Amino acid sequence: MALEIMEGSIAIAQAVRRCRPQVVSAYPITPQTHIVESLAEIVANGELAADYITVESEFSALSACVGAVATGARAYSATTSQGLALMFEVCFNMAGMRLPLVMTIANRALGAPLSIWNDQQDSIALRDAGWLQLYAEDNQEAVDLHYIGYRVAEDHRVLLPTMVCFDGFILSHTYEPVDMLSQEEVDAYLPPFVPKYRLDAANPVSMGMYATPDYYLEFRYENDQAQKRALEVVREAGREFGKLFGRDYSDLVESYRMEDAETAIVAMGSICGTTKDAIDEMRAEGKKVGLVRIRCFRPFPAEDLKAALANVSRIAVLDKNISLGAGGATPRGAVALELKDALYGTSTPVLDYIIALGGRDVRIEDIKNVVAACEAGDGDRFYGLRTEVL
Amino acid sequence: MALNVGCTAPPGRARDNRTGSWRVFIPRFDHEACSKCGMCQLVCPEGCISETEGKEFAPDYTYCKGCGLCAEECPKTAITMVQEEK
Ligand code: SF4
Ligand code: SF4
Repeated sequence: MALEIMEGSIAIAQAVRRCRPQVVSAYPITPQTHIVESLAEIVANGELAADYITVESEFSALSACVGAVATGARAYSATTSQGLALMFEVCFNMAGMRLPLVMTIANRALGAPLSIWNDQQDSIALRDAGWLQLYAEDNQEAVDLHYIGYRVAEDHRVLLPTMVCFDGFILSHTYEPVDMLSQEEVDAYLPPFVPKYRLDAANPVSMGMYATPDYYLEFRYENDQAQKRALEVVREAGREFGKLFGRDYSDLVESYRMEDAETAIVAMGSICGTTKDAIDEMRAEGKKVGLVRIRCFRPFPAEDLKAALANVSRIAVLDKNISLGAGGATPRGAVALELKDALYGTSTPVLDYIIALGGRDVRIEDIKNVVAACEAGDGDRFYGLRTEVL
Repeated sequence: MALNVGCTAPPGRARDNRTGSWRVFIPRFDHEACSKCGMCQLVCPEGCISETEGKEFAPDYTYCKGCGLCAEECPKTAITMVQEEK
């Protein structure tokens, strides 16, 4: 294993190169830009035999990928925030047409107000689109999830596009040590894409057919079944990755210091790094606190979460998104909404904290404050609201 | 139409989309009252009404979507829309 200190975006571009996509189409948008700039250079230098399709919008970028995958090519794209919002229609079509892709999301807030900073509202807003969604805590994991993403997406039991989500700026622009697998290692893990069906003039086929009310419901059922099958396929692919390279990703949720924990924090993405440090400090002070980190948000690992949280007295959810209007009198983010659904029937209180929206920094002290508030039963609210400006 | 993965289908399969399944009300024709004016055939948006061999106007229920235009326009009120039991 050779660790290299690399910017997150550059590491992603290098990982994508090793996945050998035959078509890359993307539109630059902050904070995803370095990924696609770097890939353009890689292609121009002849280090990756891919068609790099430059387009005038994200809508076209993803549409180009739909066409590419439909012909049987492995394709890649990356976007964030407003760019992902512009892809909305194509996202649903791509999942319905069961065309596998890996698309990196450098998570960023959605306007208005315009914000280029990080939260997870963009990918969360597309959680119903039928894509798999994997969330990375650090750049090593973000890199590895691309290999795993292609393997799962292209598995014939799944055949669904996949978003690999990593926090914009916090990860995308941060230099961290990363173990870059060699091309041979990636080739050993990730076989070439074998499409189940493809555009072929000799054997014509229509894709994304019109479905009358007699068939639409059944297609949606099949789409959901593919998501359900993906639960096991993600575990398998993560386990296989661990066997080959030592980093095991077979768990859809990661439990950190959860043994005998009374208070559990549930979160996704880079905020979990800070949370782990906070937990280490709180543990040193004798507090029984642990973290359950959701790596795979789609498909949602309801059973895994139920098991991981079976013995705690209370749960604090850190939601870097908000489902505006949800929750009645109190605010709710998507993670808490879905976790509460998974835990329905148990008596463990789940308190939600809307936190870190639009790039608001979260420090160890903030995590400790959340835990203290949760212990006092004070939750289902925004954390860190500057009431003086309201 | 088969439930192929990815909503794929070979050419020509759009023919399998039978608008008849959309129907809530079905037009029933009273051939005794009919004057064979052909109005129903003209107005049917599915183009599914034709003169049968016995020279009677009748819809092809595979495609009749139950819109009721024929019944509304028939000068002899020879067509009645009735709720269909499925
Ligand atoms: S109900 Fe509508 S579709 Fe059916 S035969 Fe009459 S006009 Fe045609
Ligand atoms: S419109 Fe009425 S009268 Fe005229 S052909 Fe049709 S059923 Fe007969």
